Amino acid sequence: MNSSPHMLERNFTVDPEQALDPKALRADFPALYQEVRGHPLVYLDNGATSQKPRAVIDSIRHYYERDNSNVHRGVHTLSERATLAYEGVRKKVRNFFNAASIREIVFVRGTTEAINLVAQSYGRPRFSAGDEILITEMEHHSNIVPWQLLCQQTGASLKVVPFNEAGELDLDAYHQLLGPKTRLVAVVHVSNSLGTVNPVAEMIAAAHQLEVPVLVDGAQAVAHRKVDVQALDCDFYTCSGHKLFAPTGIGVLYAKEALLADMEPYQGGGDMISRVSFEETLYNDLPYKFEAGTPNIAGVIGLGAALDYLEQLDMAAIGAHEDELLHYATTQLQALPGIRLIGTAAAKASILSFCIEGVHPHDISTILDGEGIAIRAGHHCTMPVMTHYGLSATARASFALYNNREDVDALVAGIGKVKEIFQS
Amino acid sequence: MNDMRDLYEELILDHNRNPRNYPKKPTDCNCTAHGHNPLCGDEFIVNLTVEDGVIKDIGFEGAGCAISTASASLMTEAIIGMQVEKADELFSQVRHLLTDDDENGEQQHTDKDVLGKLSVLKGVKEYPMRVKCATLAWHTMHAALLGEKDSTTE
Ligand SMILES: Cc1ncc(COP(=O)(O)O)c(C=O)c1O
Repeated sequence: MNSSPHMLERNFTVDPEQALDPKALRADFPALYQEVRGHPLVYLDNGATSQKPRAVIDSIRHYYERDNSNVHRGVHTLSERATLAYEGVRKKVRNFFNAASIREIVFVRGTTEAINLVAQSYGRPRFSAGDEILITEMEHHSNIVPWQLLCQQTGASLKVVPFNEAGELDLDAYHQLLGPKTRLVAVVHVSNSLGTVNPVAEMIAAAHQLEVPVLVDGAQAVAHRKVDVQALDCDFYTCSGHKLFAPTGIGVLYAKEALLADMEPYQGGGDMISRVSFEETLYNDLPYKFEAGTPNIAGVIGLGAALDYLEQLDMAAIGAHEDELLHYATTQLQALPGIRLIGTAAAKASILSFCIEGVHPHDISTILDGEGIAIRAGHHCTMPVMTHYGLSATARASFALYNNREDVDALVAGIGKVKEIFQS
Repeated sequence: MNDMRDLYEELILDHNRNPRNYPKKPTDCNCTAHGHNPLCGDEFIVNLTVEDGVIKDIGFEGAGCAISTASASLMTEAIIGMQVEKADELFSQVRHLLTDDDENGEQQHTDKDVLGKLSVLKGVKEYPMRVKCATLAWHTMHAALLGEKDSTTE
């Protein structure tokens, strides 16, 4: 599988029709088979959350029907089964991201918690007045607010790399802003409101020249491309299971072992200790030091099933199929009068944000819903991006491996209805 | 398609295209409030001139979706010249129209005669996520009037 740092660039070399059969894959996702307001569901809100394959749903049921018990703390059979399954998933995650060790895989609630963990456990004891945290203008609020909190706590300040009209980061500005005061770079891999694929490998290399660690928010990347944390050489990588065909409430923080070893625990409690007395507490080994309390065991099991599901497909083929679909959708929408695409970067993945002249995105979404089409309307938790374009909201269609051209055709027809209603 | 027309009736589309009393701040405006729906980014400022407990003039500024804009526009037409208490009663009626319930979750019946043109908002009831759009300007008006009450007690 391709694991070069440029693997996220658009790639049409794989014939999507041969490599992946999205129509057959649909059958694996029960939620796709329903009617909404009298029309077959067309689900184009994968950026918000993906649907779950039957294998994931079954794995959770199987766990609760058969293996349910707490992990790491019993010697009876059920606890042993649950622990083996739970820790087995950690290995799957390690393989999925090509991490060096299971000690680098921390289970968290999602991207949001992963970023907060890094801010509080890595940043808080280290940063002080005069230090700078470098983020970008296209970050999700979950990669802005934890750093703002950290700045309030430590006196550090936040610097922001701007982007251009197309939604591409200004790399000259990045290189200028990156300096001796920079203590951490936090950047989104794929923008959830613009679809931009950022050149993170290049950004990481530049930061490392100054020995600055880099956190990559991979929430929107992992379902669409192979991510190899060693090839990227990122220091922290975060993602949410629910955007990766797994349940809500489970996510992953990848962090280089040397960094994790040196970090303070995030929360205190059971499981994260090796010995507790009232005088002194010794912390558990990695990664358990960062997993206080009974974890989301069923969520982890579901995540494992989702990774198994993806394992038998080919991430490169999934990416190629989605690129082709995005290209098709972009061409279709560009041909319609009165449509403005928001985010036209050269490298994009799976996300198509747009506005229709004279129609608010919420009205677009409601009318499309009337046709059974689910898209997202709003600021997508990226208010600075909206401010950049002078908008309060956009409409966003986002694709996953099970979408096909018919879904795009339905969207285009739906947009026709929107215009019909608003032009009458 | 047809049920979409129940939501986006011609009157709503008309008030969205050409909002009345918009953008407007009466010169002698003495109550104003800013309303914001963080979920969708709709943002309105409602400006009123209240004299002797009567809404003498009203206007609004800001931007939002068709539902919130039309509702705001229809509101300004409906409550201009109205007594403050009557405007609040009308807000309750609109709320009943949109949710069937009053603030205490009790079922209420709406009065078509009182609502008049505002009945056009009834289609929003089928779209619970959009009810907040339709009530944004009303909440803002209500807040502005409360502010006015505060200022008169000084
Ligand atoms: C780019 C990006 N970062 C972070 C998040 C936050 O993810 P979660 O809400 O699952 O923690 C999202 C989800 O919307 C996202 O798209």
